[in-house]
Amino acid sequence: MVLLREYRGKEILRKFGVPVPPGKVVRDAKEAEAVLRSGEIPVPCVVKAQVLAGGRGKAGFVKLTNTVEEAVAAVHGMVGKEFKGEKVREVLLTTKADIGRELYLSITLDRSSRKPLLMASPEGGVEIESLPAEKLLRLPLHPLTGLVSYEKRAVTRAFALPPAAAKDLDRILDSLWAIFEKEDAELVEINPLALVGDRLLALDAKVILEDDAMFRHADFQKEHGELSPLEQKAHDKGIAFVEIGGDIGVLANGAGLTMATLDVLYQEGGRPGIFLDLGGTDDPKKVVEAFLMMTEANPKVVFINIFGGVTRCDTVASGLVEALKQAKPGFPLVARIRGNNEKEGIQILRAAGIGSYSDLAEAARHVVALEQGRASKGGAASPPAPAIAGGAS
Amino acid sequence: MSILVDASTRVLVQGITGHQGTNHTRGMKAFGSKVVGGVTPGKGGTEVEGVPVFDSVREAVDATHPTATCIFVPAPYTRDAFYEAVDAGIKLAVIITEHVPFHDMLKMLYYGRLHGARIIGPNCPGLATPGGAKVGIIPNVVFREGRVGVVSRSGTLTYEMVAGLTEAGFGQSTCVGLGGDPVNGTTFVDTLELFHDDPRTDMVVMVGEIGGVAEEEAAEYIGKSFGKPVVGYIAGRSAPPGKRMGHAGAIIDRGRGTAESKVNALQKAGVKVAKFPYEVPGLVRDSLKEIGKA
Repeated sequence: MVLLREYRGKEILRKFGVPVPPGKVVRDAKEAEAVLRSGEIPVPCVVKAQVLAGGRGKAGFVKLTNTVEEAVAAVHGMVGKEFKGEKVREVLLTTKADIGRELYLSITLDRSSRKPLLMASPEGGVEIESLPAEKLLRLPLHPLTGLVSYEKRAVTRAFALPPAAAKDLDRILDSLWAIFEKEDAELVEINPLALVGDRLLALDAKVILEDDAMFRHADFQKEHGELSPLEQKAHDKGIAFVEIGGDIGVLANGAGLTMATLDVLYQEGGRPGIFLDLGGTDDPKKVVEAFLMMTEANPKVVFINIFGGVTRCDTVASGLVEALKQAKPGFPLVARIRGNNEKEGIQILRAAGIGSYSDLAEAARHVVALEQGRASKGGAASPPAPAIAGGAS
Repeated sequence: MSILVDASTRVLVQGITGHQGTNHTRGMKAFGSKVVGGVTPGKGGTEVEGVPVFDSVREAVDATHPTATCIFVPAPYTRDAFYEAVDAGIKLAVIITEHVPFHDMLKMLYYGRLHGARIIGPNCPGLATPGGAKVGIIPNVVFREGRVGVVSRSGTLTYEMVAGLTEAGFGQSTCVGLGGDPVNGTTFVDTLELFHDDPRTDMVVMVGEIGGVAEEEAAEYIGKSFGKPVVGYIAGRSAPPGKRMGHAGAIIDRGRGTAESKVNALQKAGVKVAKFPYEVPGLVRDSLKEIGKA
């Protein structure tokens, strides 16, 4: 998920021919004053904090100003403030538009129909979730044909615009599809698309690009606004790492198993906090890297849950022991290891003083006890249950 | 006797000379799969694990007549690899590759449909019929032949589940890993329909997770017309909204795709939903007793 701030979204709209009002991004009041005095953006103008979360207007992070002094004061009041956990670093100055009507357009992926979904409403400017179903046109598009004329005509009919604006709409719809497809967007949304006089103008833009398609956009400057600094760091290293607020770190292999492990801890009364998926790796260096990442998050206790299928338990165990030598964590560890070379893995961990289980429930209860200060670090190492029949695959 | 793959399945491996391709070719052969050929452009005429390598899928098809392909090629090239397989007449593609853009996946899905080709995956562990064939990367050691169908959006969690079933004495008819992406080539409903028609499958274990509505759609199908017992497990009960939990598809988005919604829908459809993964074998035993098969 690569979320773009409004001005970057508008840059993309502009590149694809969607009419956007003139705008200039500034980083402080001084810069704002220079822009406004030069007449590059005339007053009255709209001052908009560039943040990723919605609802900034109601919170005072969008202001209509009539004089240069008012605009500069508004910029001064926004820069450095926090909105929904995000610090305002950039502010967009943009010309004021005399809005006749506000419309809504977007294309996103519909997971249920497994098609791109065009949504259009003659009543925009509000959150899409708040619109009644009959006010929202939903058109699933075919991925192999893209948006075709009859679908565009359905939107044009629903919007009932004057002729010049209807022509604009036709072009904007083509642009919207082109952006969705060519820029590899997860979402491209114009809300509101404003009727100004008898023409259309995109007054806001929300664009989310697909992370996995970034290989096609090598020149693109990424920003993952929704990630915490640690998540960002892990992301850059290719580690699946998510912070969810509790104080137990979970290190497992495979996203499903990691999620299930968090769930088991949660259902045993614990507060899982870190999701760290090792993936299918059996490379000790990768395990070391993942473990150092976990150490940075500084959880109260760490639970390692490994199912060795493709990954071998003894390789993971050796990697962990190696990582521990480097990281010297100040928190206790509990491991649960099952599958391929399970016995060898448990032996390696025990030799390094880590309590190891093969039973998930037992291990989870020990972890929760440690979290709540009810157990000592040494921990009981229960005898491992017999490994599944066979051994190595 | 199973769904999708069996002893007659002839497997092609695209990307066979890579690390994963080579390792899992060995794994598939050890399982008993007939791996008849591999493709890596520029490596034609060589051999990997005793399997002949070709420069193109067309050449491999002409020489070895595969019925399924297992795709390991990197994400930027996955789409074209799939098109090549479909154009050469292959009707089942198992895409192991992770990080395939969903834009590519949408095109593959509908291109495949035009030619009657099914996709399992992407970002999936593949599928296996114990005693028949494996196409993918699920560890061989977890399986045992039997009559429980398994379908899942996860990888390792599935291995755990299957290993748990095997240990408790419940073998599997076929085990299908659908993949962790937002768009899957084959869905829960598609797979359940196949299990419904398979006389060798007595019941099904389905492993879902947060994100999307595939489990809710499966629940609707099960409630209406499945007719065999289903035991379910949903991962992500403790996941907060808006966070992508490792899988690209595992995200609660604008209130949709919660574990609660999925668990409720499945329970309403008569599915026994396990709270903990290790409860699954017990629920399978109960279900089989109810239909007089245990």
